[in-house]
Amino acid sequence: MGRIDRIAAPWGTRTPYGPGETWPTRVDSYLADGLSEDDVDRWVQSATILHSNGDGLDIAVKDNRIVGVRGRAVDRVNHGRLGPKDLYGWQANNSPERLTRPLIRRNGELVETDWDTAMDAVAGRCRELLDEQGPSAVAFYTTGQLFLEEYYTLGLIAHGGIGTNHVDGNTRLCTATAAAALKETFASDGQPGSYTDIDSADVICLYGHNMAETQTVLWTRILDRLAGPNPPQIVCVDPRQTPVARAATVHLAPRPGTNVMLMNALLHEIIGNGWIDRDYVEAHTVGFDELEKRVQDYPPELAAEVCDVPVEDIREAARIIGHAERLFSTVLQGFYQSHQATAAAVQVNNVNVVRGMLGKPGCGILQMNGQPTAQNTREAGADGDLPAFRNWSNDSHIADLARVWNVDPLDIPHYSPPTHAMQMFRYAEEGSIRFLYVTATNPAVSLPELARIRSILAQERLFLVVQDIFLSETAQLADVVLPAATWGEKTGTFTNVDRTVHLSEKAVDPPGEARADLDILIDFARRLDLRDKDGAPLVKWTDPEGAFEGWKECSKGRPCDYSGLSYDKLRGGSGIQWPVTEDAPDGTEHIYVDGQFWAQPDYCESYGRDLVTGAALDETEYRALNPSGRAVLKAAEYLPPHELPGQDFPFQLITGRTLYHFHTRTKTARAPQLQAAAPEVWVEMSASDAADRGWTEGDLLEVRTPRGRVEAKVRISGIRPGVLFLPFHYGYWDEPGGHEPDGSGRAANELTLTDWDPCSKQPIFKTAAAAVTRLATGDGPSSAPTTTGSRPVTGDVPPTRGGPAAEALEELATGGAR
Amino acid sequence: MKLGLAIEELHRSENHLARVLLAVSDRHKADHEVFYVARDIAGWSQRHVQELARIGADFGVDLDPEPEGEPGILEKVQQATSDLLGRRPEPGLLLLADLRHVHREAAGVSLDWELLAQAAQGARKRELLNLAERCHPDTLRQMRWANAKLKESATQALVS
Repeated sequence: MGRIDRIAAPWGTRTPYGPGETWPTRVDSYLADGLSEDDVDRWVQSATILHSNGDGLDIAVKDNRIVGVRGRAVDRVNHGRLGPKDLYGWQANNSPERLTRPLIRRNGELVETDWDTAMDAVAGRCRELLDEQGPSAVAFYTTGQLFLEEYYTLGLIAHGGIGTNHVDGNTRLCTATAAAALKETFASDGQPGSYTDIDSADVICLYGHNMAETQTVLWTRILDRLAGPNPPQIVCVDPRQTPVARAATVHLAPRPGTNVMLMNALLHEIIGNGWIDRDYVEAHTVGFDELEKRVQDYPPELAAEVCDVPVEDIREAARIIGHAERLFSTVLQGFYQSHQATAAAVQVNNVNVVRGMLGKPGCGILQMNGQPTAQNTREAGADGDLPAFRNWSNDSHIADLARVWNVDPLDIPHYSPPTHAMQMFRYAEEGSIRFLYVTATNPAVSLPELARIRSILAQERLFLVVQDIFLSETAQLADVVLPAATWGEKTGTFTNVDRTVHLSEKAVDPPGEARADLDILIDFARRLDLRDKDGAPLVKWTDPEGAFEGWKECSKGRPCDYSGLSYDKLRGGSGIQWPVTEDAPDGTEHIYVDGQFWAQPDYCESYGRDLVTGAALDETEYRALNPSGRAVLKAAEYLPPHELPGQDFPFQLITGRTLYHFHTRTKTARAPQLQAAAPEVWVEMSASDAADRGWTEGDLLEVRTPRGRVEAKVRISGIRPGVLFLPFHYGYWDEPGGHEPDGSGRAANELTLTDWDPCSKQPIFKTAAAAVTRLATGDGPSSAPTTTGSRPVTGDVPPTRGGPAAEALEELATGGAR
Repeated sequence: MKLGLAIEELHRSENHLARVLLAVSDRHKADHEVFYVARDIAGWSQRHVQELARIGADFGVDLDPEPEGEPGILEKVQQATSDLLGRRPEPGLLLLADLRHVHREAAGVSLDWELLAQAAQGARKRELLNLAERCHPDTLRQMRWANAKLKESATQALVS
């Protein structure tokens, strides 16, 4: 057992392994205050909540307080490992700043009140508006951080009870394109990959996916393969020199907004050279001819010019992909939050499909998620889609859902696609949405063009309810604030991107009067007196396990089938991959085996959309295109980004994450080790751009776009020239302004533009044109982390260290593979 | 042979459709998706205008390859007005009317392409037929966009 500073060494100690071997176990743990395992009263089973990887862990409890965490050695996802955010982030649960009583706005101020008063105000205003205007006045904006049971209940209340079409999650900002890309190619959500594919892949491609920072344990798995015999080759597409880029065989750093151009050039080479599985394409796909024709227009020479990437690197990447025997591809925000998001992500699917690299070990695609429970937001219908991947434009799916819920099919809104988050804010702006119920998310920092978002949220005519664990920037603008319990204080399940379902048990009571989100939602439904068509209460359950049983019935027979699962089955061992059915009681590692998809017209979740206009296809069109439910190869033309750099705004601004923070820092800034590792905002610039201007590491810069301005110290990093990077985590709750800038801004979203992908409706955070000036020379380097994508390339910058307070334990398994 | 006439008419109607799309875009700047997508797909019509001008020369018609209607000062004013009206509900109804108009104009252009394709086939003008086969799907996508956007926007605009 060794001690290790996991702030300084985010991925811990290497445990090398070779292709086809089992990833060795390494159990990571961290206990507070010098406690040892002997001091712990009990360990409570759960999984990680501050990223999307879904690592199994146990929560240490002493004197009814959480005092630490330990990775679960038996779990298929992490084999005992934890990331820095998991090791230290739980401390936020114990923060004295937790909300402990409901708040209500009286004479312009938020004041403490009791639950009855708060909930009567919420349900009362909702009922008033339903009577006056109808369901079109009511909207729900949720998250990727609640539990499955809560999403399913929320979807039932909103869709089946209130009958509003305005339901979405902040998953719109993180995984909407993942879902959309899967729906385009496979006509249904559901990830055709498994983390175990990393154990045998010989080529791993990461498209706009800085896995080293977003899913640290998954990256640890790849690092261990790279350190072992016969390592995989890595292809990385990212405009920054991330840890992934530094480990890559080929690193392509395209201009922001040109992903479709690059992907088409890769496909041009792969198809042009015949590096395809023709039998697979003929047996299991439609649309190949059009794809082949389309990518003929995109030779690598053209892409090299448009993307500003060396032509030989494009050819080399294509050659590696084209010769892969077991190809594993992952995609994240570099594609999802950029121009032509869905079109680009779909081309990644196309690469694996034309190569026949699906549904077998080492071959798969992970259209990644960003948040721990985003998968459930999508599955359970809290992102606006209907539960269990039902198709809103298929009447028999609506009828079936109405049967499960015992409501009239007409009560379930399905006249048009669900209202996505950006459109909900637009309706609130024009005044037709007048009640907005926000759960566990912070749009006043996370949405683009913050000045606009703040002005929408602050409107008198909008009744804003915020259910959260801290007084976030958004909560400060609310009419009613409901204090919620969080992870470790309530029970529920959640599912990661490789379809692994985990149970997270309640370890301790929530602070003060805070209540589980599920209890609050059920209370809301009761006060609205929502009923089914026989007059019985609409929501039939009172606890998480009851909700889970309801979900099992709802998901039975659908792709994300949970019917073979139970809380008991999830206790004690590892997480389990859906579908879990009578036929597959231990779960399903690979879907789409032998080219069998969920794309049949009567069964599929989606008929697809036009990749440029976003127009939804109707049933007749889909039936004609894909009568027997094959994979759909969709071609896409490249369109230039909507905001291009010019004389006044010569840079391209991209925003993103750092390893040490999650979202708007409401939790991670309250964990001292994480906060110290990345204490304040920075802006990244390339060495050549800085040298041209005579600027050096640590100078104070102002970044401007037509929307606003942000001040930050410069970190001269390995980012490509012409591009600036700002981390999006930093808002104002721990600043004098409270919910808005007091003087200069520091939230990256002061600068971003309101524009989204017409197909997935995911906002574009990565193609704003920006100007930058120096306000002052620096008095020292920026405090940006040195261990990550923000690694300095100039100057004498002290390395990021956690010191004694960050010493965690690592227990390496002896005796080799389990 | 009246192929030149058909090309000329299509050149006119595509130019008009591009202008209509750009005008709709300007009027609905506060509806961001309409603003951007209408501009993107106006680009298709503008490309068609260029291609028609190029091929027109082979059929004895002299057409301007430069699409009309790049935004000037008037359009900027229109965009600013749209932003200012963004807090009012009326633009929602105006949007429905505008989308209906786009659909009708695009349907007209679609029929013009049908006519041209029929004529090109009859006259065995392979290059012209190829042009029609390449461009006509864009027009159909423009129509489908107007239809889909209308469907998506109608409920909130009409029931709220």
